[in-house]
Amino acid sequence: MNLFRNVVFIAAIAGLVAGVVLACMQAYATVPLILKAEVYEQAEGGYSHDHAAAPTGAASGNAMSSAAPAANSMSAATPAPAAAAAPAEDQGWAPADGFERFAFNVVSNVVTGIGFALILVAVSEFAGGIGNWRQGVFWGLAGFAIFTLAPGLGLPPELPAMPAADLTQRQIWWVATVIATAIGLGLIAFRKSLPLAILAVALIVAPHIVGAPQPDSFETPIPEGLHHQFVVAVTLTNLVFWLVLGAVVGVVRGRFTGTATSLRDSFA
Amino acid sequence: MNTASVSLGASVSSQSRFMQLALAALLGTFIIGFVGFSHIEAVHNAGHDNRHSMAFPCH
Repeated sequence: MNLFRNVVFIAAIAGLVAGVVLACMQAYATVPLILKAEVYEQAEGGYSHDHAAAPTGAASGNAMSSAAPAANSMSAATPAPAAAAAPAEDQGWAPADGFERFAFNVVSNVVTGIGFALILVAVSEFAGGIGNWRQGVFWGLAGFAIFTLAPGLGLPPELPAMPAADLTQRQIWWVATVIATAIGLGLIAFRKSLPLAILAVALIVAPHIVGAPQPDSFETPIPEGLHHQFVVAVTLTNLVFWLVLGAVVGVVRGRFTGTATSLRDSFA
Repeated sequence: MNTASVSLGASVSSQSRFMQLALAALLGTFIIGFVGFSHIEAVHNAGHDNRHSMAFPCH
């Protein structure tokens, strides 16, 4: 299991570096927007109970009978006081705001980074391996296209309190889109055949013709501008994450093998 | 494969090589599935900001 051990080692280092970088970018770029959206999410819980400006515990206690239709899908089934006290979807344990929440975000980013790095390193080894940081950047671009761009076209990054279709159906569409896009890009990059390239384009386009699961209603308290800002921030932070991930894999792997093939040799 | 000489673990047989790489990819898929797609409430809440910021389907 020498090869397996090497792959895990490289993936662990690359995932750690890229995950920490991503968490730091998120702390400035995306998490503040999520926190803003949670204010709207909580305010939305108040709207349905009372149309006074400031929702209070007393106001929300008597209001289930007059709940506005379609305004809050999540908290409608739960008792009103709970909805007033916490974000509507929160049930059970959650990290406390502030440092604990940041720490858990760093940990989940590193774990996610290691997971993506394992897939990246394993798949790239089948194609001859990532020889240096520049090849890594190209592999990172492919990862960004497969895991962020393609699923993000049909299912844009969501903020809390945004309407969405059934979770399981969205997850199935997300996974199917990632697989189809990965196979498509792989065919284009590694098979020098026109029919296969055409098949690849069809594979990449197909999930978007089928279409991502959409919510029944697009009504949301989140301002359009805030959501747009979030989509841009998520897309760019993920781009940097993937470039760093690929580059670090190239550098660390180069230390292992001691040699570096040129991009031209292995790619075309 | 003209690049085999610089591949990781080039000395192992091609079948073993395939199995080990497939295993690594499977482990990565499992990790992503757990962090990004688990329906367990505590796992969801712990990685909440990460899930939104990675554009995983959430809620």
